[in-house]
Amino acid sequence: MNKFLKGAMIVGLSAAMVGCSSNTASDDSDSKNESLSGTITAAGSSALKPLVDVAAEQFSNENPDVSITVDAGGSGEGLKQVADKTVTLGNSDVAAEEKLDKDQAKDLVDHQVCVVTMAPIVNKDVGVKDLTKQQLIDIFTGKTTNWKDVGGPDEDIVLVTRPTSSGTRATFQKYALDGNEEASNASMETDDSGVLLQNVTDTRGAIGYVALSYLVDNDDVDTVAIDGVEPTLENTYSGDYKVWTFEHMYTNGEPDKATKAFLDYIMGEKFGKKMESLGYGVSSKMEKTDH
Amino acid sequence: MDSRIKRAKMIDQFMTIVFYGIALFFFLLLVGFAGKVIIGGLLGAKPEMFGFTRSGSIGNQVFNTIYLVFISLLVSVPIGVLAGIYLAMYAKPGLVTRFLRTCIETLSSLPSIVVGLFGYLIFLVVIGLSKSLLAGALSISILSLPLITTTTEDAIKGLPEGYYHGSMGLGATKWQTIFHVLLPACLSRIMTGVILAAGRGFGEAAVLLYTTGSGSDLRWNNFSFTSPTSPINVLRPAETLSIQIWNLQTNGQDRALANLSSAVLMILVLAFSIGANVWSRHISKKQAGLEK
Amino acid sequence: MSRKSMFCKEYFWQILVTIGGLLVIFVTLLIGAFLVYKGSDTFFKFHHTLGEFLGSANWAPMDNASSKGHVGALIFIVGSLCVCGLALLIATPFALGSSIFMTEISPKFGEKFYRPMVEIFAGIPSVVYGWVGLTVLIPFLKKVFDLQVGHSVLAASLVLSIMIFPSITSVASDAIRAVSKETRMAAYGLGSTRWQTIYRVVIPAALPGVISGIVLGLARAFGEALAVAMVIGQTTALPKSIFSTSKTLTTEIAAQMGNAMEGGEMKAALWTMALLLFLISLLFITIIHKFSKPKGE
Repeated sequence: MNKFLKGAMIVGLSAAMVGCSSNTASDDSDSKNESLSGTITAAGSSALKPLVDVAAEQFSNENPDVSITVDAGGSGEGLKQVADKTVTLGNSDVAAEEKLDKDQAKDLVDHQVCVVTMAPIVNKDVGVKDLTKQQLIDIFTGKTTNWKDVGGPDEDIVLVTRPTSSGTRATFQKYALDGNEEASNASMETDDSGVLLQNVTDTRGAIGYVALSYLVDNDDVDTVAIDGVEPTLENTYSGDYKVWTFEHMYTNGEPDKATKAFLDYIMGEKFGKKMESLGYGVSSKMEKTDH
Repeated sequence: MDSRIKRAKMIDQFMTIVFYGIALFFFLLLVGFAGKVIIGGLLGAKPEMFGFTRSGSIGNQVFNTIYLVFISLLVSVPIGVLAGIYLAMYAKPGLVTRFLRTCIETLSSLPSIVVGLFGYLIFLVVIGLSKSLLAGALSISILSLPLITTTTEDAIKGLPEGYYHGSMGLGATKWQTIFHVLLPACLSRIMTGVILAAGRGFGEAAVLLYTTGSGSDLRWNNFSFTSPTSPINVLRPAETLSIQIWNLQTNGQDRALANLSSAVLMILVLAFSIGANVWSRHISKKQAGLEK
Repeated sequence: MSRKSMFCKEYFWQILVTIGGLLVIFVTLLIGAFLVYKGSDTFFKFHHTLGEFLGSANWAPMDNASSKGHVGALIFIVGSLCVCGLALLIATPFALGSSIFMTEISPKFGEKFYRPMVEIFAGIPSVVYGWVGLTVLIPFLKKVFDLQVGHSVLAASLVLSIMIFPSITSVASDAIRAVSKETRMAAYGLGSTRWQTIYRVVIPAALPGVISGIVLGLARAFGEALAVAMVIGQTTALPKSIFSTSKTLTTEIAAQMGNAMEGGEMKAALWTMALLLFLISLLFITIIHKFSKPKGE
């Protein structure tokens, strides 16, 4: 009997301790009025992370009482975590409705912070600088398998792509391949754009696609023009180059003061210059906002 | 007959050479591997990378890594040691004990991404912690728990029977025997296990990705327990070296920094492995001296 | 101290220690239950059959809540088996050689330098293994075999074999060391050479321990994700040779889990794959117990 009581006591005690630790999590919400303060956590799209990192650093230099952390983890995780309220901002390459069911998505508020342009890239030895859209489709669906068919050397084409759930892949498939499904059984999928870039750099005859932000100061691969239009920010703004998408940062409900200030900062004119130097496009400069 | 002996001797010599060859091969492989990572990383480093700034340096990450592993050990060591004592001293052979062993081994072979997602669900969604050092440390302790439990059990069982019987014979209770005789005697071996567990914690990335977050914004003049920028606050997000490597490599940016973090991480792991070995050898020598 | 309080203390600690043990069981069961709960959706919510999941190579789950996709995970199961099997074939001879070296050939040097060295291999983070594999091993394979693509089942197996070699070595060497001195002396006394003693007497005597080391290595190999993902060249196709690219259970989980839609068919299928991994671990552990004598009983 005694034994049992002791056991029950300990279980109760440890449960109480767990309870305590969960309460302390919300302690830092009282904010001072004179200056911005608070904690902002962002998670999701790995393509967006470098930009948000830079913005966070500059923003917190000006507002030292705001602590900002930025995580990768994937668009799906970002949206799920903002819906779970475990983060303040959910970064995503795709609209929330595509990765969450309606109930979860309805509370989320969309902030289209920037434009990301995807460019086809090839290994240096291929030497092909321009492809028609049809050629691109044939290559990625596995119909064309040798570079000599599209004006390159006699060499097998190696497809380097992203996993089926990736936002980058979805965008490229929709606007560069006109919705045609990529040949999954003949392509090498890479978990992230950094490794994809490395693979295209190292593999003869490789073709893949990354966001322009990965190509700033990169001379290891060649970009390919589609129907003669170079993948550049200017061509994206003018609407000539079609393979782009808005990057979203979602908040659960309307953002609090610090978060709103941060979002305004990212979308502001001052940060826009920095944004372009990092290879991201400024949303407000888009002449056409649909494809 | 003669030739058979000769042949046997020749084969024997040949195999000896083969074994030396294998040993040499792995020695060279490790030297090459460690050399490439450490030397390559340090050579490519710029002096400002050793600072404690928000980005572009590794100082905060080194601190976070050590702090996080320390917290995780605060959780896993007591539970692991208790469970180890239970297995060594109290458990009766039977279904429950066998099941407990199976559990320990299953825990030790879980893919870390599964532990990470489990940690996310339990510590963040159910308990309601934010992405924090504490949540990451708790998840890591799930991984190091089996190692500490097994080491403790093996250490206690490895003691000479005389320790137990001697103490019990003097009228000590079972717990007094465990606490005052057995545990002190095998403390060093348990410590070795703890240090090895720490070494594994250092390199873990997949678990922390979902639970800890990538905070590297520390103010070194701020030592309040609740501020999100205070180094000692356990409820703040914390980027460790392994997450930093992962983040940098997946984004293909600042490779030199990623290489430096890899080098520093390797040095940490090496230091802990070597430290654990030196320690255990030192202690076993001391114990051998006592027993004579 | 009164006698009564002494016994109270005794009970208190006994209970605390038991709770320590129960907590370990509790955590494992919780993880198991969590995986079953998440992984069963494939069958109950999306109405796929177990046969389809295990036996079909048609992997095209929908990244939304409809159940119109296909969830055949055969490619990943076969990929995992090939990569891990090959890694085991490569690692086992080396690991056995190493453990014989450090126990029989040069025990002093082995204990002082070789064992710590092997443990260092175990402590290297898998991201680092993967990155070195991608930047050193793959160009090397391309050169040696004159391949266009170096990513392959072979590359993944090589990286994995280095990663699991420490576990096999340390368990196997413990088993070999545990073979009694008398057994060895008897063999030497009959005029055996060292090699004859090793492979006719010591290895057979240590075999159960060696096998559990191998199985442990295999369990490790099955669970590894990040390093394998970087070098296997993830292609959704069954491997045709050791030079072809493929996928494993863990690489697919790691690649898609972060992006897949919560509550969708793909996410459910990924959780089912995680559950499968858990069950495979359990299976291996049962095998280890069959081969090794129960501890301390």
